[in-house]
Amino acid sequence: MYRYDEFDQTLINERAEQFRRQSARRLDGDINEDQFKPLRLMNGLYLQLHAYMLRVNVPYGCLSAHQLRRLAHIARRYDKGFGHFTTRQNIQFNWISLTDTPDIMTELAEVDMNTIQSSGNCVRNITADHYAGRARDEIEDPRVWCELLRQYSVLHPEFSYLPRKFKLALTGSPHDRAAVAVHDIGLRLHHDNQGRPGFEVIVGGGQGRTPVIGKTIRQWIEPRHVISYVEAILRVYNLYGRRDNIFKARIKILVNAIGIDKFRKLVDTEWEQIRDTGLQVSNTEFERINAHFLPPDYENLADQGDELAAKRTREPAFDAWMRSNVTGHKVPGYAIVNISLKAPGRIPGDISADKMEHVAALADQFSFGELRVNHRQNLTFVDVRQIDLYLLWEQLVALELATANIGLASDIIACPGLDYCALANARSIPIAQDISLHFANSGKLQQVGNLTINISGCMNACGHHHVGNIGILGVNKRGKEYFQLTLGGSADEHASLGIRLGRGLPRAEVPGAIERIVDTYLTIRQATETFLQTYRRIGIEPFREAVYGPVNVSRRVA
Amino acid sequence: MPLTNSHQNIIDPYIKIGPDDSLPAEGALLVTLAVWQDHWERLMRRQELIGVQLTSDEHPEIISDDIDQLDLIALEFPTFRDGRAYSYARLIRERYGFTGELRAVGDVLLEQLHYMERVGFNSFEVLSNDPATDFEIAANDFTVWYQTSGDQRRTATMLRQGKKNHG
Amino acid sequence: MAKILIANRLTDGLVVFYAVDGNWVESIATGQMTFDDAAADRLLAAGLADEHSNRVIDPRLIDVTKTAGKLIPAVLREAIRAHGPTIAVDRTL
Ligand code: SF4
Repeated sequence: MYRYDEFDQTLINERAEQFRRQSARRLDGDINEDQFKPLRLMNGLYLQLHAYMLRVNVPYGCLSAHQLRRLAHIARRYDKGFGHFTTRQNIQFNWISLTDTPDIMTELAEVDMNTIQSSGNCVRNITADHYAGRARDEIEDPRVWCELLRQYSVLHPEFSYLPRKFKLALTGSPHDRAAVAVHDIGLRLHHDNQGRPGFEVIVGGGQGRTPVIGKTIRQWIEPRHVISYVEAILRVYNLYGRRDNIFKARIKILVNAIGIDKFRKLVDTEWEQIRDTGLQVSNTEFERINAHFLPPDYENLADQGDELAAKRTREPAFDAWMRSNVTGHKVPGYAIVNISLKAPGRIPGDISADKMEHVAALADQFSFGELRVNHRQNLTFVDVRQIDLYLLWEQLVALELATANIGLASDIIACPGLDYCALANARSIPIAQDISLHFANSGKLQQVGNLTINISGCMNACGHHHVGNIGILGVNKRGKEYFQLTLGGSADEHASLGIRLGRGLPRAEVPGAIERIVDTYLTIRQATETFLQTYRRIGIEPFREAVYGPVNVSRRVA
Repeated sequence: MPLTNSHQNIIDPYIKIGPDDSLPAEGALLVTLAVWQDHWERLMRRQELIGVQLTSDEHPEIISDDIDQLDLIALEFPTFRDGRAYSYARLIRERYGFTGELRAVGDVLLEQLHYMERVGFNSFEVLSNDPATDFEIAANDFTVWYQTSGDQRRTATMLRQGKKNHG
Repeated sequence: MAKILIANRLTDGLVVFYAVDGNWVESIATGQMTFDDAAADRLLAAGLADEHSNRVIDPRLIDVTKTAGKLIPAVLREAIRAHGPTIAVDRTL
């Protein structure tokens, strides 16, 4: 993975020192909260319900064991001993003191980490396929480009006061695990008809109050031009994005207002002027960064057919874990292993400092000292020898980190919601807990198969509810929490937005409603159809009826 | 408002002229776009310093043909959150080739001066008793940048290359 | 309804309540309660003064009820601020 050289290091150190001065000025009363707020936000420091919250970037989800140990240390020394992984592949600490924050930044800088632009109206942490560089179906590894774009966007003098926040996601696989279609810019590496690698550029996707599936602005662009193309998009957005209404300020609104064709024309005109400038990625720079992403020293191993099969037959729990949490690797004899942070009844994405250290030790032992944070709030070891799988599983079992539910109904995304978040309308975490416990008790998890349930505590949609097969949105009606269900969302290469099922439900009715939806699916599915496939075949009505009763009644109350 | 040219505090020689003001016969003038357009011929004939101030809704392309005639372009930040003028500044410098004084006016915060300088501003109206000293503090937070942008600073990439070339 | 003054402390961001002695305390139980508008206005003025002098951020009056001897803010959001997340903060996780 990428390591800072002296120049990266200097910049990050200087940023930490700058914040040390800024926060001192705030504590001395030289600047007031209005003036300080944008400064702390640009450094990932929010004021939430209970305290300051610090969001630390995990660039495109890549983390070393060494860094994870430092995060554990920060959780223990400066917070209450745990952290929360988010859908943006970041980690948040919930009880951080302003007076400690400069020291934390320095401690992060020591391990090549920072909090820069994890909030604010600027280019945010870039996200990517958490299997990047390892997935069997991958065409090209996007991580070099992630790093180039990260450097390009950090402290960009022109684009630090955009109309609104700006999110980029990259993937190099046909199967989209990075939800690129619901980002301000999504970049998909693929080959053109002559077999040359290039990016499909998708623009104007997003979630939030107005969810939109992004549109392809360019089918293929040479990788060395990707930065100038992104700059052209950013400049057009900076100049023409709306600034009069915060709810209409994202790039998706601009793209929809003028239409993708006109938007493309503006971008292309701008791009013509800058494509052959210093923004072109030189071979030297590409090679320098690429050297950080060379594959580790894989051993010459064969795939473990029979032996693994025997263990799986002997041990059904191991088999279940293999089925849901382990996936193929592009190198023979290796596997990708997902570590679920979604044990039934637990808080999605939360992990204690102790467990962080255990996971770091396992990463050292089993996966070349590296891991990934994925956008479904789980962790991933991308380089595990198949002969080690059983041993790793046993150790994860001992740590209660072997829940076999990746991609299944209890692998729920939940934003912090009203338990932590100052913007929330309703709680998310307790709903996730209710549902995951409900599934654990019903024993239907394996039977139901792949099903994503995503929960957000407000319209901002940090819990990606629009693209959950079942989405749950918390709302506040006359001081009470209600939960609106949507069905049919999907974040993959056939991205779609969920459709609202009906009126909001009180918390106590949510698990029952989910159960009726799932039972309806089990009754009417054909052969091996997933929930989403069944939904797409038959539409929303049967599910609506299952939750709200026969049509004539539901129409009246809906 | 106090003004600095990034080295020292300066006294503003310009008289600001809005649409309702009459044009004085003498003196350096900083006029709004409307005044510039209405009195273009008269203003072009003057021998004294002349500048145009643009709001953040006014794209500088409108004056790009006149840029050689101007001594000063002032760009307004109606609030510090409105970042359009950062892009305008780069266009004015890098695309339209303006070499005169490019001034940031309006809600200009100390913390933004280093970004502004990087995109091409070289004078700043700041609410401060000693803007030059403020500038000194704010613009020197960083010695390394990743992006090229009009100013002559060497980027991290160039520094890396240089290092390689010189051993 | 009875009111209490809530804010976040500037230095560590923790939720604090205005107490009788003019200090800000972390426990709602020791926060100063008011029962009439005039007293509430005085309390808020004191809070705003402390915001101005950079001790706290965003002081505001909230409605509270006393249930089983415990002060509970009337609005769920403020109740969560006063008493912490409604979920167990699980450190062994
Ligand atoms: S979706 Fe709303 S409640 Fe949830 S984290 Fe985002 S802003 Fe907070």
